[in-house]
Amino acid sequence: MPFTLLRYGLRSKHASFGDIPSTPALKRSYDVVIVGGGGHGLAAAYYLSNVHGIRNVAVLEKGYLAGGNTARNTTTVRSNYMTEESVRFYAEGVRLFETMSQDLGFNIMYSQRGQLTLAHSDATMRSFHLRAEMGKHVGTRIEVVDARTVKELVPHLNLDIGGMHEVLGGLWHADGGTARHDAVAWGYARHASRRGVEIHQRTEVAGFDVSGDRVTHVRTNRGTIAAGQVLQAVGGLNGQVAALAGIRLPIRCFPLQAMVTQPLKPFLHTLVSSANLHTYLVQSSRGEVVIGGGSDPYQLASTRSTLDQKEHLAEGALHLFPFLHKVKLLRQWAGITDMTPDYSPIMGASPLANYWLDCGWGTWGFKATPVAGKRMAETIATGKVPDILKPFDLRRFDSFALLNEMGATAASH
Amino acid sequence: MKILTCPVNGPRNIAEFQYLGPVRAASAEEPGQLIEALFYAENPLGIMHEWWRHMPSNTILIAERHTVTDRIVATYLPNQKPA
Ligand SMILES: Cc1cc2nc3c(=O)[nH]c(=O)nc-3n(C[C@H](O)[C@H](O)[C@H](O)COP(=O)(O)OP(=O)(O)OC[C@H]3O[C@@H](n4cnc5c(N)ncnc54)[C@H](O)[C@@H]3O)c2cc1C
Repeated sequence: MPFTLLRYGLRSKHASFGDIPSTPALKRSYDVVIVGGGGHGLAAAYYLSNVHGIRNVAVLEKGYLAGGNTARNTTTVRSNYMTEESVRFYAEGVRLFETMSQDLGFNIMYSQRGQLTLAHSDATMRSFHLRAEMGKHVGTRIEVVDARTVKELVPHLNLDIGGMHEVLGGLWHADGGTARHDAVAWGYARHASRRGVEIHQRTEVAGFDVSGDRVTHVRTNRGTIAAGQVLQAVGGLNGQVAALAGIRLPIRCFPLQAMVTQPLKPFLHTLVSSANLHTYLVQSSRGEVVIGGGSDPYQLASTRSTLDQKEHLAEGALHLFPFLHKVKLLRQWAGITDMTPDYSPIMGASPLANYWLDCGWGTWGFKATPVAGKRMAETIATGKVPDILKPFDLRRFDSFALLNEMGATAASH
Repeated sequence: MKILTCPVNGPRNIAEFQYLGPVRAASAEEPGQLIEALFYAENPLGIMHEWWRHMPSNTILIAERHTVTDRIVATYLPNQKPA
């Protein structure tokens, strides 16, 4: 083995991997058309083709592969939510991440290093106890810890924060981690296309032909195709694309911003987040500190950044780790997020019989890429929504059966 | 710094304003519109009419803003839309 590696390293020419084939011509018809070539659409394509034997599938992506929120997220993977329905669903997602590199034969750089959420008030500590009990009930690794344990987990953390936001304790979630976002999408794309799934980049869906309660055709900038079934997973623009099929979704667009610093020696070995300061940090395997936080204050469907929000993120980061004050920012960006009223996604059936929704992923959907893909593929292949997805049905808003995850989502994603 | 023009106080840093969300077509007082009013807020790609508050002066105003370009087209006091 080492010799193979050495020979490979010394070779002057390297054949490209060719993981993702170039865009073919559109066929006249597909069994399944997936709108949106982000992580979610690609994961569904992978499970349809590799598990359910459905191979006449087209993924339509208006830009380049996984260039939407899949490319822009801060890769927090966790299952420490509030409601039992959510914890069960996200815990299945975490388990799929644990074996993904082996399953795909593609290194997604999954690093299960644990996530620590900080409490700066008694009220937050109480909500942490609720989340910890729910997590234990479902069988995830989660516990409430005191300030001393926080210090042991993150020795460089500034615990008193000038007396303003003293850290009282935390929610320690040993199952939490991160993964390389692009690799997740590429791994799924590679295996789906090997089984015959066509990936069409620069192919924008502009409309649907609907007859009765079924979509018959999908109209794109490269022509119209017939579709047996349609899966919609277009990230920030989910509200707008659903409207093309005549479906209204309870979604509002808000930008979410993030940034990374220059690389530093490893000093931060867990994910750290503070809801009070609206900031969270993780050190990437390259040493860069990734900093994220709350959403923009007003609705917008543009990926512009603002100095206000970047200063806010920097302020939170400096409260927690004052020694970062000399560190330079390398990159910063924003994504458009599709926010639902209860901070939970919308998955499953739509008012149309052959049109399926994987929407409303807002600021928190990267961690669900494998489980949403797996369960949506199962839904399409069997025509039945599995029990684990039922609580996320669009109709929950008609019956006030909301799944409120705002407290467990707003600042940690 | 982004500027929003308060109809009372003139052009101010947008950080002085609080966003109060879109002007809603549906009314929560109408039972038939309750779900619409609670969950299905306006989310257009284009000009949106929305409520804002200038916090230091507690002035409530309406802004017309483009949700893709972020350009603020007009601001006025409620019910005082210029002709
Ligand atoms: C700054 C930021 C930080 C985040 N941090 C986290 C985090 O730490 N943890 C977490 O779990 N989640 C996080 N998220 C959320 C997460 O990124 C998303 O929920 C997730 O990536 C959604 O994946 P997706 O495949 O559904 O959407 P996307 O990756 O956005 O893919 C949708 C694709 O659809 C395409 N599309 C749109 N319209 C059309 C059309 N008409 N025709 C064809 N294609 C179309 C788009 O070009 C896009 O590529 C974050 C998001 C942002 C913006």
